[in-house]
Amino acid sequence: MFPELNSILNSTPDSFKSSDFILASDRRADASFLIHHYLSFYLRAGCKVCFLGLVQSFSHYSAVGQRLGVSLAQAREKGQLVFLEGLKDSFGVLLQDTSQQETQPLSFLRSPGAGLEGLFRFVERSVRQSGDGDAGESWGPPVLLIDDLSVLLSLGVSVGAILDFTLYCQATVCSELQGNMVILVRCEEEDADDDEEGSNLLQRGLVHQCNLALHIEGLPTGYCRDIHGQMEVWWRPRGETIYNQRKIFHFKVHDKGASFFARGTSSAVL
Amino acid sequence: MAAPVRGMAGSTSIGNTTSFQKKTRSKLVSIPGTRPSVQNGQLLVSSGVSSLDYVIGGGLAVGTLLLVEEDRYDSYSRMLLKYFLAEGVVCGHELFLASARDHPDDIMQELPSPIVDDVAGMKISEGQSQPSDPENPDTMKIAWRYQNQPKVQTALASSVRFGHYYDVSKTMEPELRQAAKCHSFYQLQEMPVATGSSPLPSPYHALLKSIQTVIRKEGFDGSTPQSKVRNVLRLGLHSLGSVLWGDDVCCKDNPAHCHALTTFLYILRGMLRTSLSVAMVTVPSHLIQNRAVMGRIIRLSDTAVALESFKGSEKETNPLYKDYHGLLHVRQLPRLNCLSCEVPDTKDLAFKLKRKQFTIERLHLPPDLSETVSRVSKTDLAAGCGSTATGNKHLDF
Repeated sequence: MFPELNSILNSTPDSFKSSDFILASDRRADASFLIHHYLSFYLRAGCKVCFLGLVQSFSHYSAVGQRLGVSLAQAREKGQLVFLEGLKDSFGVLLQDTSQQETQPLSFLRSPGAGLEGLFRFVERSVRQSGDGDAGESWGPPVLLIDDLSVLLSLGVSVGAILDFTLYCQATVCSELQGNMVILVRCEEEDADDDEEGSNLLQRGLVHQCNLALHIEGLPTGYCRDIHGQMEVWWRPRGETIYNQRKIFHFKVHDKGASFFARGTSSAVL
Repeated sequence: MAAPVRGMAGSTSIGNTTSFQKKTRSKLVSIPGTRPSVQNGQLLVSSGVSSLDYVIGGGLAVGTLLLVEEDRYDSYSRMLLKYFLAEGVVCGHELFLASARDHPDDIMQELPSPIVDDVAGMKISEGQSQPSDPENPDTMKIAWRYQNQPKVQTALASSVRFGHYYDVSKTMEPELRQAAKCHSFYQLQEMPVATGSSPLPSPYHALLKSIQTVIRKEGFDGSTPQSKVRNVLRLGLHSLGSVLWGDDVCCKDNPAHCHALTTFLYILRGMLRTSLSVAMVTVPSHLIQNRAVMGRIIRLSDTAVALESFKGSEKETNPLYKDYHGLLHVRQLPRLNCLSCEVPDTKDLAFKLKRKQFTIERLHLPPDLSETVSRVSKTDLAAGCGSTATGNKHLDF
């Protein structure tokens, strides 16, 4: 959890808006630190978290969580965190000889054209079992986190199927259960937009659905050691707020956090 | 004049003993040829080229995948693959080599010969140091204080020795090569298998099956208990994505199998993460028309570098590049167990093939703008604005 980002977004683990769909996207930079931020943020807030980690192994998220002050292994034992480890489960699904039950979350690997119903059933099951109070513990509103939805594109799922999946998730998690949803998607370079089924199309579709978009981009002037990129924050107008809903910051990722500053105010140039 | 020479001989032998201690310390690591990373504690192996190790953050972490985008004639990328395999042979790792064009045994026969100066050579020099010193023409007579200073190195290297050096002008001795355990996969000799409902084309499916069998059978997945000595499996996969693998991602703008290679890499990475293995994959990226597919391939690997050879391009005659044979682009650095990845000083890197060695060097130094730099002239500049134009050091506006 990065305190600077919390103050920019005006939210703390004790008080945050519910029913939000937050979209993190990146281009020529890496926005995965935002996923780690939100993972530790919602675990501290006591929410029931369902995490679809499609890019890295559990030990990676756990090691980073340790640095940010949350223990994923404990949260998983207590039932606060449901973790789907895509890398570990994928080759079992694809290389097994016998086709067993069809309701596996990763069954789309075998037939990418069939859509993501199995994955959605998994998400629905894990967010609905919150607050059962089986061990005397009840968690807050459910949260769905997806590390890199565009991996699904690489695995052959179509943009339409992915957007359907997110709409279903939004209806269940955000509207029905008053929870939150954070999705990371990675975009291609601008000049690659001739690709019909590309991740740029996916990103545009998701921006259309989301309430808050955080777009990370590499510096337009090129690589720099001390400024890792810029972040554009965009709020969907809600209620009476008609102020400037778009802000741009530069950022630098550290070992245990990230710092955000106004453009041109890096300590390397001042 | 004799006294300083004598003293120097003594100090060189001390230097030798310290480097010997380092050797024994590295043997404490349970698997030969590995060391823990200073940044995140990951177990690293060398790629065989020490300057490449430096560029990608100290070495290849076990359980990760290195993607090499081939240069146009596949000469330098093939050399990197051979370095990677040769390092595995010298460290006693197990190898898995898959290829579709050349037979894996042919590639194995071209491995570069290791330069075994470090252990054996040092013993000899230590034994002979006393008598041979006066005749040694390298011994400095006048500026003897500089004798023990390290030579100015232009190649990128970390301070700690890791990995071995190779002589590319010679091939490795057959005895050494045959001592290594090598599994191979030659696509043209494989029978097409029925893939059932798998979305992968049959060569990829067969290759994954074959890798999985090796990992399971040889116990790299940690399933076998401590009875066996732990070892690392090095996978070298040559020219994935080319037509010979049954893939059409290279020849069409809108390929039918455009998800085959990405799915393959995803599954492969899943297998690597759960086992003691490390992979180097070369891909002919200059043939892939669809840039979006190439971007996804890079994202699905952990480390990605691209080789751009000057051969046949107009850069060959550019005087800026006259010392080099090509450019090395670092497309992606791994982010493992930590929030931030290794941040290099500069991304302008070039490689050259010397008579015996492949090295990567900085093309030019980066601009001196960073938080850590100490700029003494900064206060002068600030004062210069207010004062009258007496300062002759800086221009005043």
